[in-house]
Amino acid sequence: MERKIRVLVAKPGLDGHDRGAKVVARAMRDEGMEVIYTGLRQTPEQIVQAAVQEDVDVIALSILSGAHRHLFPRVMELLAARGADDVLVVAGGVIPEDDIPFLKEKGIAAVFGPGTPTKVTIDFIKAKLEGR
Amino acid sequence: MQARVAPSPDDIAGRTLRGDQRALARLLSALEDGEAWAGTALRLLRNGVFRDSLEQAEKGDAQVVGITGPPGSGKSTLVDKLIGAYRARGERVGVLAVDPSSPFSGGAILGDRIRMQGRAGVDEGVFIRSLASRGRLGGLSRASAQCARALEAAGYGIVIVETVGIGQSEVDIVRLADSVVLVSMPGSGDEIQTIKAGVMEIGDIFAVNKADREGADRAVREIRSMLETAAELAAGRVPEAGPDTLIGHRAFARALARERSAVSERMELPPVLKTVAETGDGVPELVASLDAHWTRLKASGELDERRRRGAIAEARALLSGRVMEELETLEGGLEDALAGEIVRGEREAAEAAELLFESIRKGGGK
Repeated sequence: MERKIRVLVAKPGLDGHDRGAKVVARAMRDEGMEVIYTGLRQTPEQIVQAAVQEDVDVIALSILSGAHRHLFPRVMELLAARGADDVLVVAGGVIPEDDIPFLKEKGIAAVFGPGTPTKVTIDFIKAKLEGR
Repeated sequence: MQARVAPSPDDIAGRTLRGDQRALARLLSALEDGEAWAGTALRLLRNGVFRDSLEQAEKGDAQVVGITGPPGSGKSTLVDKLIGAYRARGERVGVLAVDPSSPFSGGAILGDRIRMQGRAGVDEGVFIRSLASRGRLGGLSRASAQCARALEAAGYGIVIVETVGIGQSEVDIVRLADSVVLVSMPGSGDEIQTIKAGVMEIGDIFAVNKADREGADRAVREIRSMLETAAELAAGRVPEAGPDTLIGHRAFARALARERSAVSERMELPPVLKTVAETGDGVPELVASLDAHWTRLKASGELDERRRRGAIAEARALLSGRVMEELETLEGGLEDALAGEIVRGEREAAEAAELLFESIRKGGGK
């Protein structure tokens, strides 16, 4: 049987807007992925715990609060501590261009800004997971 | 996506017993995906090859609690509160939360976890796993039962299985759970709903959730009345004034209901409780009922009986899946040809099924 791609869509930090995250989740569902949606205001600890228990292939982080420079590296650290750093991590939301090199250095595979067609994100994930 | 490289079943079983959640999570995925090594790993996990300490030797006697009911009745929120109650007394809790897969894309949004965040946080004593139904129609996924056994063997003393939101006939949970809680809410239909066959027959405990809403007492009365009538019929008695409760002269029905709840206690009928999951009201009573049910199951020997029935049902379900797989390997074209014949009226669907069955029996598959 073909294995389903499992994705955790997570909203770290304190902003209360998850419309974008829900749209992406829905688009992933329509591409045959199993999407675990955990809701707003998740701590990095909660996100990593969920990612481990749900055995996801991908974590998609959505953030609008500006705290990504603090929260994303923390997620990566915790993943590594749990031996789960093979999970693909992508990000979306409002993230200044200047911060992207820093986030990539920390292990975020890609950053998709506002207006990115969902297909771009989904194709990126599929290509990255190909041959795993 | 391709299957991942198969790990060693010994390694996964050993790590799971040592509390490695990643190994357990991986095992659950492999069980759901039907990977061959997963069955071996689960058997190793359960038969105690790796149980090298007393603590580990005591693993593997979990109460499997099924939570089922219609969409929006508050199952996930109730599960969150149950997790809290069990954690407060030191139990480790495993949760399987099943949501439906899209019949079109095969994808799914698994959102039960949202309402379980209150406890799920970073408590190492709680393991929550969301499962997609992947085409199964009975309210569970194909490997839910195996996943529940994996959680049990991994040392979770309480395993809670939440079904997809159900309608009237999704009763697979009764083959998996030791104790089934049927969650309903006020105002979801008149009394005739409670005497239909199907889900109303599978509750060991009935929880009328959102009981702060109007109509909760009536819902409780109706469920009780249904249970009493069923018990009396089972005992070979004609329920007195049965039809009257259906027609529903109010004062009379209420008086009767009072009288019957006394009868109900004597007859040890399934408890009917009021809960408000949002606030936690009624949750201690629900836990007490679950404890009492568990004690009774073990004392009466019914637990063993139930688990045996469940095991056979599970094996049969897997067999039917296997037969369908076998069908896929049949010479291409046979199904197509039969489809044409059925549409043209040259053959009936039942006759086509016979033919396909014969093909499989003769080893027509490759």
